Amino acid sequence: MTEYSESLLRKSRENWFGRFQVVVLVAITLVAIIAQVYIPRLIPNTGFLEIPLLLTIYFGLMRHNQLSALFFGAFVGLAQDSLSNLPYGMYGIAKTLVGYFAASVSMRFDVDNIFIRFTLTFFFFFFHQFFYWIMRRALLGQVVPLDPQKILLQAALNSVVAVPLYLILDRMRLSGA
Amino acid sequence: MAVGQYNNASHRESSRFEERRVVEAILSRYRNLLVLAIVVVAQLVLLAWQVKTNQNVRLIRVWAVTAVTPMAGVIEAVRRNTIGFLEDYFILLDVREQNRKLRTENGQLKLENVYYRNQLQTADRAKALSAFQAQTPSKTVAARVIGNTTASSAQAVFIDRGSTSGIETGMAVVTPDGIVGKVVAEYPLASQILLVTDPTFAVGVESQKGHIHGTLQCNGANCLVDFVQNEEKVASGEWFYTSGEDRIFPKGFPVGTVSSVKPGQFMKEIHLALSGSPNATDEVLVILHGVHQQIPTTPPQQHMAKPLPPPPDDANGTAETPKLSTEADSIKQKYIAIGEEENHTFGGVGSNIPNFNLTQHPAGQASAPAATQAQKPASSATPAEKAPVKAAAPKPSGNASNQAFADALGARQSPGSQPAHPQPPKPKAVSPASPNNGTPLPLGAPRKKVTAPPASGPPQ
Repeated sequence: MTEYSESLLRKSRENWFGRFQVVVLVAITLVAIIAQVYIPRLIPNTGFLEIPLLLTIYFGLMRHNQLSALFFGAFVGLAQDSLSNLPYGMYGIAKTLVGYFAASVSMRFDVDNIFIRFTLTFFFFFFHQFFYWIMRRALLGQVVPLDPQKILLQAALNSVVAVPLYLILDRMRLSGA
Repeated sequence: MAVGQYNNASHRESSRFEERRVVEAILSRYRNLLVLAIVVVAQLVLLAWQVKTNQNVRLIRVWAVTAVTPMAGVIEAVRRNTIGFLEDYFILLDVREQNRKLRTENGQLKLENVYYRNQLQTADRAKALSAFQAQTPSKTVAARVIGNTTASSAQAVFIDRGSTSGIETGMAVVTPDGIVGKVVAEYPLASQILLVTDPTFAVGVESQKGHIHGTLQCNGANCLVDFVQNEEKVASGEWFYTSGEDRIFPKGFPVGTVSSVKPGQFMKEIHLALSGSPNATDEVLVILHGVHQQIPTTPPQQHMAKPLPPPPDDANGTAETPKLSTEADSIKQKYIAIGEEENHTFGGVGSNIPNFNLTQHPAGQASAPAATQAQKPASSATPAEKAPVKAAAPKPSGNASNQAFADALGARQSPGSQPAHPQPPKPKAVSPASPNNGTPLPLGAPRKKVTAPPASGPPQ
């Protein structure tokens, strides 16, 4: 087999994997959003779970690409907005920033480390919720109380869920990194 | 000259090229940041447009909701039929403990739940909903909760009825127990309900007793009635109903009871326990056409049916004896009272003969003229002296009158006829008519004559 034919075969395989990854990624995003809608109905007291956010953080951390991470965050956020009772863009902006910053941070840390993953997820969850709260107050003029202790607890719980979830996603090699 | 022009042109060209290079370098260096800014600004513009025009990107929402909500039926069916089996299994794990508790509770509840049993049998939610639908004058449509929204901080759910069922944005959502929320978005096959527990939701409420108006606002389970002056009277446990002032809920729907109330700095702090449990409900009613009702005077549980009075407690025989009404009965009562006043035991051995010609007086007053002579007026008596006076005029009770009636008929007390619960011994009445201070005289002993009553009437 010549070098040229080998390179052609590699390219076609990469394309196939790329398309496969995109399709699976979109499907998993939809599943995450649907899960966000139905899991609290199926399993009580799981309303704190922010699976779309965890997916955004994971993609940002593992992709190491700020552009793709911010677009992915925007896509997930807008999809989440479409099923929420608030105007479009609330989750979109918050998750765009989370995706961008997650990708930026991933260039400086060893994001394969479980402890770092836990810490970053904790931080980004708090940032997301706090930024979302600020936007609700500033942009929509809604007086919504902020409970930092509750958010910190939710951040910890989401980080606990995130660690095994990231391991599963690692196995699926969705990041393409 | 031409060379100079050429040099200038080339210099301009090179500077332009340099500028472009610098711009490209900046763009390539800050490309990611620029894209981020563009994406964020674009979403901000979209957001601002929605807020300013109060319009939604409805088409995308309709697509998203229509794509997602049909799965709700499938997921709900799976949950009810298949996963529900697993739930039942886990519930069965602690069924023994539950059974023990329920048996204990059941024994107590059996006694007091005679009336509520029929209600509990119809407690099936669908039946309750249809019963409530038939009862309420408002036109409603029943719906099932099929999912939550993606906004974890917002208290909102989806129901399986949409615009095809006549649902419109702004309609109220209730259950027979209380209010649930309002429709914030309607789609062809589903609608989005903002629950009353959402912090951005406010409901006009009115108290049942004082008709005090306020605004209910919840933050999760913590519900507060605002704008009630400190001077207003609101009691703990009092019911609050919708006042209809919010133009969402018709007046007269139950909201909840006051769990705690205390005066605040400016306004009263009234905490309310919602009766409808909006977060836990599965079936709801959407009010298509609301009709205001009056605030009921009784709590909501009581106006469903008129409860029977409690059954008479005939086990211990303490039922009240009906009052006698014939002339013979009144004469008998009179004689019994005279006998009691003069410490005479009807049929008793050695008891003095009472004076039946005396005029009967109200309890607590001596009737015999001798008593007036022997005793001071009650008003001038010392407390120590008042006590025997009171004791001398015992109030006739049901049992006492029965016993006296039996005594009057000459019945003797047999050892077996002693009351199950012996009464405490009555203080002995000091009867001035008795020469030896109430000690029964031996049979045939001489008795002292009773002085005639004064002509002026009964002593004071």
